Amino acid sequence: MKEETVQQILSRYAHRRSALLPLLHLCQEEAGYVTPEAIGQLGERLGLSPTQVAEVATFYDMFRLKPGGRREIWVCHNLSCSLLGAEEVVRRLEERLGVKAGETTPDGAFTLRRFECLAACEIAPVIQVGPDYYGPVRPEDIDALLERLRNG
Amino acid sequence: MRDASTISLTIDSRPTMVPQGTTLLDAARSLRIAIPTLCQVPSLPAQPGCRVCLVQVAQDGAVHLRTACSTPVTEGMEVLTEAEEAVNARTFVLEMLLADHPVDCLPEERGGRCELHALAKRHHLFSGSRFARQRAPFPIDDSHPLIRMDLNRCILCRRCVRACGEIQGHHVLGIAERGDRSVVIADDGKPLGESTCVSCGECVAYCPTGALAEKGPAWNEEVGAHQAITTICPYCGCGCQLDLHVKDGQVVTVGSNFDGPANRGSLCAKGRFGFQFIHSPDRLTMPLILEGSGFREATWEEALDLVAAGLREIAARHGADAIGVAASAKATNEENYLLQKLARAVLGTNNVDHCARLCHAPTGTALLSAFGSPAGTNSFADLEEAEALLVVGSNTTEQHPIAALPMKRLVARGVPLIVIDPRRIELARLATVHLAIRPGTDLAVLNGMAHVILEEGLWDRTFVQDRTEGFEAMQETARRYPPEVAASIAGIDPELLRRAARLYATRRPASIYYTMGVTQHTSGHQTVLALANLALLTGNLGKPGAGINPLRGQNNVQGACDMGALPDALPGYQSLDDPNVRERFESVWGRPVPKRPGLALTQILGRERQGAIRGLYLVGENALLAEPDMTETEAVLRSLDLLVVQDLFLTETARLAHVVLPAASFAEKDGTFTNTERRVQRIRKAVEPPGQAMADWQIVCALSRRLGTPMMYGHPGEIMAEIARLVPIYGGISYDRLESVSLQWPCPHRDHPGTPVLYANRFPRGRGRFHPVEWLPPDEVPDSDFPFVLTTGRTLFQYHTGTMSRRSDGLHLLEPEPYIEVNPIDADRLGAREGQKVAVVTRRGQIVAKTRVEAGTPPGVIFTTFHFSEAPANRLTNPALDPVALIPEFKVCAARLEPLNG
Repeated sequence: MKEETVQQILSRYAHRRSALLPLLHLCQEEAGYVTPEAIGQLGERLGLSPTQVAEVATFYDMFRLKPGGRREIWVCHNLSCSLLGAEEVVRRLEERLGVKAGETTPDGAFTLRRFECLAACEIAPVIQVGPDYYGPVRPEDIDALLERLRNG
Repeated sequence: MRDASTISLTIDSRPTMVPQGTTLLDAARSLRIAIPTLCQVPSLPAQPGCRVCLVQVAQDGAVHLRTACSTPVTEGMEVLTEAEEAVNARTFVLEMLLADHPVDCLPEERGGRCELHALAKRHHLFSGSRFARQRAPFPIDDSHPLIRMDLNRCILCRRCVRACGEIQGHHVLGIAERGDRSVVIADDGKPLGESTCVSCGECVAYCPTGALAEKGPAWNEEVGAHQAITTICPYCGCGCQLDLHVKDGQVVTVGSNFDGPANRGSLCAKGRFGFQFIHSPDRLTMPLILEGSGFREATWEEALDLVAAGLREIAARHGADAIGVAASAKATNEENYLLQKLARAVLGTNNVDHCARLCHAPTGTALLSAFGSPAGTNSFADLEEAEALLVVGSNTTEQHPIAALPMKRLVARGVPLIVIDPRRIELARLATVHLAIRPGTDLAVLNGMAHVILEEGLWDRTFVQDRTEGFEAMQETARRYPPEVAASIAGIDPELLRRAARLYATRRPASIYYTMGVTQHTSGHQTVLALANLALLTGNLGKPGAGINPLRGQNNVQGACDMGALPDALPGYQSLDDPNVRERFESVWGRPVPKRPGLALTQILGRERQGAIRGLYLVGENALLAEPDMTETEAVLRSLDLLVVQDLFLTETARLAHVVLPAASFAEKDGTFTNTERRVQRIRKAVEPPGQAMADWQIVCALSRRLGTPMMYGHPGEIMAEIARLVPIYGGISYDRLESVSLQWPCPHRDHPGTPVLYANRFPRGRGRFHPVEWLPPDEVPDSDFPFVLTTGRTLFQYHTGTMSRRSDGLHLLEPEPYIEVNPIDADRLGAREGQKVAVVTRRGQIVAKTRVEAGTPPGVIFTTFHFSEAPANRLTNPALDPVALIPEFKVCAARLEPLNG
């Protein structure tokens, strides 16, 4: 982590520990995931125990604690999406990618994850990849989506 | 007229009145109505999560279900704890909780201490849960040597998390993930044994379902299978109350006792897991007599006859002052009282002392000089009221873990903490200001702080004027220590010193805590005086949250001092010189009291006066490992005509004895210990001593009969009655009172409630006295042959010379071997790798142990502990004594490091 960036983030908050979320994002951007070392270092930096950092990092779905694929496919499985067929979308993705939700494809291209609410019920069932939202998604849309992602 | 802050309500149709702010749960408890709870932690604010404390509340015509743990009482409430609707709701909640709990813990199976099991039984849930979910079982985490973590039993009540974080301040346990994936973790999901867990076992005490439990069978045994005996921890001076669980005459586990006034149920690794020494196969069971080159077992008659004859012969040949008695800070008040009485009234000498000489002798001499009473001024409980905290030379979280809990709570609420300590210990990491001084420069720094406080006018003029004397002389000396001078002596930044002084002087009340880093120096006495100067200067005495508080190293150091196991004072610090005092003792004892002060332990065992003492009766003290310069100690011990050692084990010292007497442990006798807060507490017999071992007080009585002046007591309570007659500060203390309360001395009469805070209105000597104190360097400083400063101390998992802690399997596994802490820079320069064997050499000898590379130990300093006989730190230490307190300089000597191959 660049010290300058860290300082700039820290300066935004009255209490050091409040900077935890943005610093977790920063760690993830740099290493691709939140490494165990980063958890220890952030704790030391912010006056938190490693446990307290890990509690936050695991609570939020947007942090990953293991290395994963180059792109992450997040499938919302909250209420609206589930009612409108999110499970079939997950099944189709698992089938096409050859991995279970939570796993990474052997070529390292994708990590597939179920996700808590993505705040887009109006286009449920919804998938998020990076900054982009896709929805409503039907199982039959998956092949085209994967094609786009592979080429994009 | 009823107080407006009192609320009246009915619970199960019984009217009651409770203070405003009381919860329904506590109101019901005061009527002995037990509302079920699972997630509730008594000492912490409610976080109603489990919902099993639902009760029906009717008020103003409306009827609701409420969580009893979090609902405050209001006027006119009608509470029904067993209303059908409430019971149904609770039953449903329990069934949901049981969905995550194994069926083998249901009523027909063995439930042990499982609270969920007990509640299921109470609510007639016998067949498990309709909601039991299929999930892959969690593997049982067996990685910790003492604690088993079985998450299959966990119901996520968060009690362990709160115990670990909010009570103990460790924050090692937490809950990862969320929703139905939530799971208890240690660190970032490490096996418990590899995590930063410090093994206090607070989680075990709070876990309701055995998901976190001590290893071994005790947890699963039916409630009632154990008898719980409430007593006091035998390790450090915090005085933690605990319950020994006994089954078939054996202590099987240690339980928290939440009524403990010093610890409120909290314990550290030693208190909770360090009890196995009680039943160690190494315990002495018979008296032993040296014959030829080995010991043979003997009867009590034979052994005691031999001791009595030997002592009599020495007295006849060389006079009574050729005999020494070493009492014990591990023994009870009653036993220490009898030991000094044996020395004075039976043998006729004041040569009685104990190991306070090695730890807090300067506290005694200096605080007596400054205030007229040699003890800590305040209590752990009132530390919570402090607005600033100064900790000097105390690695509190390791040495006195329970005293560290209120400190950590202070820090958590933002109170500034100033730590003066050469090493970057845990408290230093939490500190607002850490003065990482060179070992042995505390006094200069404290004088520097006084200088800043005077110069910046931060002192309490009213207090100084009304309650102190000697200000001018102190001021004159302090003027010679401007921050730049003090800081350059100590090797720190003068600005930090200024900041520390300002924080301490401007936030009131401010409390001082200190231990061996202050006292174990040739300037120990002077340094304690310097601390007293600061407290007097800022008026930080006589009120809650203030004061000057030495933390006592052993369970009963305070008591052993109180009982007069000191060569220069009668029990209760009464003067040997005062004819009236002596006369009072003589009239009760029926024997003359010798007037001439005796020798201190360090003089008895030092080379300088070798030969003065011909016979030594050493009780509960492993002097060979505990005294400085082991080679010298061994030579003195070997030169004695008679060495009698009374102990639990054949210690390194006992091996040198002519007669060894087997003593009972704390678990095998009744008595009292006095903790570091001056709190007198009962210890209670839980099990029988092994073989023919006897309590120290019984052995002393038996010996006194053979010496012609029998001391006869049927029970330690009778000894306390005699103490109360002769010792004014213990005047109101008796066993019947101690049955239900603890009492902090001074407690002068039977109606006196004890004194949690000293010197509210006056000092025992009248005015508090300032002392001008000058810094002097340690006796031995580094040079080109011995370029390092060696400093010694304790570690969390071991205790003193290891006689108890190393015979307690769990503790031994946590810290099994000696080590030498070296700063990474020094390690690099010398080529010493982590784990590599290294020799530490001083002018007195050498030891070999593994290197531990530790950034918290400053460059130029090496640290080791004194627990391990295979690398005894005291083979290295300097026996130079403080001229007033006669304490050795354990904390500083010059050393060199020699990395070895392998």
